[in-house]
Amino acid sequence: MIAAHFPILQVVVPLMAAPFVVLFRNGTVAWFISFAVSWFALAISVALLGQVMDAGEISYAIGDWAPPWGIEYRVDKINAFVLLIVSAIAAIVATFARASVEKEIPEDKQVLFYSAFLLCLTGLLGITITGDAFNIFVFLEISSLSSYALIAMGRDRRALTAAFQYLVMGTIGATFILIGIGLIYMMTGTLNIADMAVRIEAVSTSPTTVAAAAFIFVGVGLKLALFPLHLWLPNAYTFAPSMVSAFLAATATKVSVYVMLRFMFTVFGKFFTFEFLPESPILIFLASLAILTASTVAIFQNNLKRMLAYSSVAQIGYMVFGIAMVNVSGLTAGILHLFNHALMKGGLFMALGCIAYRLGATSIEQVAGAGRRMPLTMFAFVIGGLSLIGVPLTAGFVSKWYLLLGAMEKGWWPAAVIVLVGSLLAVVYVWRVVEAAYFRPSPDGATTVEEAPLSMLIPTWVLIGANVYFGIHTDLSVSVAKQAAVQLLGLAP
Amino acid sequence: MRHHLVLRVVSKLLIPFILLFGLYVQFHGDFGPGGGFQAGVIFAAGFILYALIFGRENAVKVTPPRVLQALMAFGLLLYASVGVVGMINGGNFLNYSVLRADGVAGQHLGILLIELGVGITVAAVMIMVFLMFTGRGR
Repeated sequence: MIAAHFPILQVVVPLMAAPFVVLFRNGTVAWFISFAVSWFALAISVALLGQVMDAGEISYAIGDWAPPWGIEYRVDKINAFVLLIVSAIAAIVATFARASVEKEIPEDKQVLFYSAFLLCLTGLLGITITGDAFNIFVFLEISSLSSYALIAMGRDRRALTAAFQYLVMGTIGATFILIGIGLIYMMTGTLNIADMAVRIEAVSTSPTTVAAAAFIFVGVGLKLALFPLHLWLPNAYTFAPSMVSAFLAATATKVSVYVMLRFMFTVFGKFFTFEFLPESPILIFLASLAILTASTVAIFQNNLKRMLAYSSVAQIGYMVFGIAMVNVSGLTAGILHLFNHALMKGGLFMALGCIAYRLGATSIEQVAGAGRRMPLTMFAFVIGGLSLIGVPLTAGFVSKWYLLLGAMEKGWWPAAVIVLVGSLLAVVYVWRVVEAAYFRPSPDGATTVEEAPLSMLIPTWVLIGANVYFGIHTDLSVSVAKQAAVQLLGLAP
Repeated sequence: MRHHLVLRVVSKLLIPFILLFGLYVQFHGDFGPGGGFQAGVIFAAGFILYALIFGRENAVKVTPPRVLQALMAFGLLLYASVGVVGMINGGNFLNYSVLRADGVAGQHLGILLIELGVGITVAAVMIMVFLMFTGRGR
């Protein structure tokens, strides 16, 4: 009985918790509610993934208005997987948040901070679960507006300009998506994605439909920080509070990649993805540039958060790279990398959160000698870094392996070279940190061990441990990603 | 602007009608043009006019930010709770027909409550935005 309502509970519970938290005016209560709600959301998304794997797609009609007239929530393999990623990261980050937020956010802002976090979670889950194109835009705005607020709460005053920059770019992106959805609505007369996919065939040669596709791709490209449109991302991740960097880096861009997949394969599948894309190198070109330039820029960053932010741009390049191959291995790699990158970046940003908690800053000078002062945290960073590089036995290796498989199936040898060069560049920027932390004395000569509190260390290690676990036990993540890829490609004519 | 006699008298005359018009737009929304969002903005305009003419300090006495914050949260909770009650009564989320034994009466009640929630939140947010901007640096 209650299981039938899981799709809506997934979104409504965090949505209702957000205003509920405001009524209490107490940071600890607000944290506890966010913590409980995030774990509850995780439980629901696990149940949903189970239901979808066993019994196929789930459809939920809001207000009992039958789709395509009413708003429909539709869960299939791909979005059940993304829901799991988002809610799992939210649960772990919410556990981590207590001590970190206590230190970084002023007392009187904590309640609103948690409220914004819950709204952001609502938005991200909503974008993922909904089967209605306009609903995607609404939830996109919910998640974006709350993430601007979250970023602006960073300690550094530059957080304000970073949030404003993101606001301008994000609004342009959202507007483009809205224009695109409006144009499709004009051509098909429907907002329901499944219905849209059927009706768009009749009008697929119309210039309006092509314009709609262009608007949506540029808009989503802005939101997911595809290479030339990534300029908002480094500042936003650098100056945001530690917990926000970890949460957004691991979830926000992933959800945007999901939106791109949804439009590419479900809506524009027939004429765009399977006819136009294989003959046009645009996505491959941008993804390769993202991998090479962003990884190179990451090497020269002094602030480790900024370094990881540039590395995120490169990692998004890998995802788009896999998706642009439009074959099973490539798409599996792209979807798998959503999951694996969430694990590694979430873990790495949380490790930096621990460093910021104890050492106050995350510049490379600050972490000098940190290998002795914070051995557990730095070791977590090293394992996360290895996963980022793609060393065997870590999660990063698995997604790169499938990426290489996809490239070889296509006979794209230069593409395989780009993936390998990207990994080598990652070795360089991770090694800089290792060198500073283990082979240089700390700036003030301190050698005493001062670890971050356990409430931060344990969640960090859970994610870092997951990197190793999913690097060895690949069945779960790979099989879900592969089935999702097959489902998306199954729409091919 | 306390010394502008004309502004003071006229706004004192106008404010009750602005609020009344806000309530009209709110509760007539299911029969004519209107609804929670418009009503909330009109209602808030009354308070903002008051703050402009009689000063921010007096406006804060009428609508303290703490109360506004609670109202913002309350409106959204009211909206979502209507949806949850629909679920408890055996329908899907936001199904108003199951709110009352008679489906049409249920639809009426549902949309009325939901628009009320929207109205409360929008009015509170508009006043809050105004107070925040005018209170900068204080």
